[in-house]
Amino acid sequence: MIGIEHYIVVSAILFVLGVLGIFLNRKNIIVILMAIELILLAVNINLVAFSAFLGDLVGQVFAMFVLTVAAGEAAIGLAILVIYFRGRGTIAVDDVDRLKG
Amino acid sequence: MIQTIAFYLFAVLVIASAVMVIMSRNPVHSVLWLILAFFNAAGLMVLVGAEFIAMLLVIVYVGAVAVLFLFVVMMLDIDFAELRAGFIKNFPLGIAIAAILLAELVLGIGAYRVGAIELGTPDGTSAPLLDRSNIESIGALLYRDYIFLFEAAGIILLVAMVGAIVLTHRKGPADARGQQDIAKQNRRRPEEATVMKQPGIGKGVEL
Repeated sequence: MIGIEHYIVVSAILFVLGVLGIFLNRKNIIVILMAIELILLAVNINLVAFSAFLGDLVGQVFAMFVLTVAAGEAAIGLAILVIYFRGRGTIAVDDVDRLKG
Repeated sequence: MIQTIAFYLFAVLVIASAVMVIMSRNPVHSVLWLILAFFNAAGLMVLVGAEFIAMLLVIVYVGAVAVLFLFVVMMLDIDFAELRAGFIKNFPLGIAIAAILLAELVLGIGAYRVGAIELGTPDGTSAPLLDRSNIESIGALLYRDYIFLFEAAGIILLVAMVGAIVLTHRKGPADARGQQDIAKQNRRRPEEATVMKQPGIGKGVEL
């Protein structure tokens, strides 16, 4: 029988994989952004699972807002990536210091 | 029974594809694995009856975000081998942090299983809308109780769209086709933009 715990475990593993991805691919910002998407996906799974578990639809409404923010974040992040690549010809982000005062 | 099989299938696939997203050598493969992960997460959500969010996940993530990633990955000509250089070096630290985080989450789940904190009742805390279909209930909730949050989400998307355009828009020569010449637009007076005509009946207008 599948319970709420199963969903929480899947979501926890996904979240940890996202964090691990950020640490493993320190140079590649595209994969970092994908890892952030994985983290947000884990949060969404959690919200939906608890929404079903508690019988409270607000969780699903909230998951929609998380989805909205994730889409906007991906668009802005990739736009910043594109202009960064235009200026420097690389997307290696481990030594970015353009905003250093 | 079939639900259990489906749950384990989706769960295993979503985790396996998440692993492939972060371990894959080629970012294009990463994006493709990400799409698989989103599909399987949508399957997980369908299993609990959240079909609207599941379809939204497929449409928004697979249809828009993942394709956006693919565009950017393929548009930029990048030496990916060089970007992988720190992978082995970062591996032990990353594994250590991931292990600690997972241990903490498991601890949290274990503490939850003991069941001391009473936050909400499992039999529903908000208005009982669940006798209707998922989409109807979400619509009622979204447009009635959360209308301002919904509009705020729209504004967030608008700002994101305008921001992305402003960031990536390239300034060309001012007379290039499709470029705006704001000074020329400001100089424009009504008398040179419009003409008065009094056409006779049955005759056309010469422009």
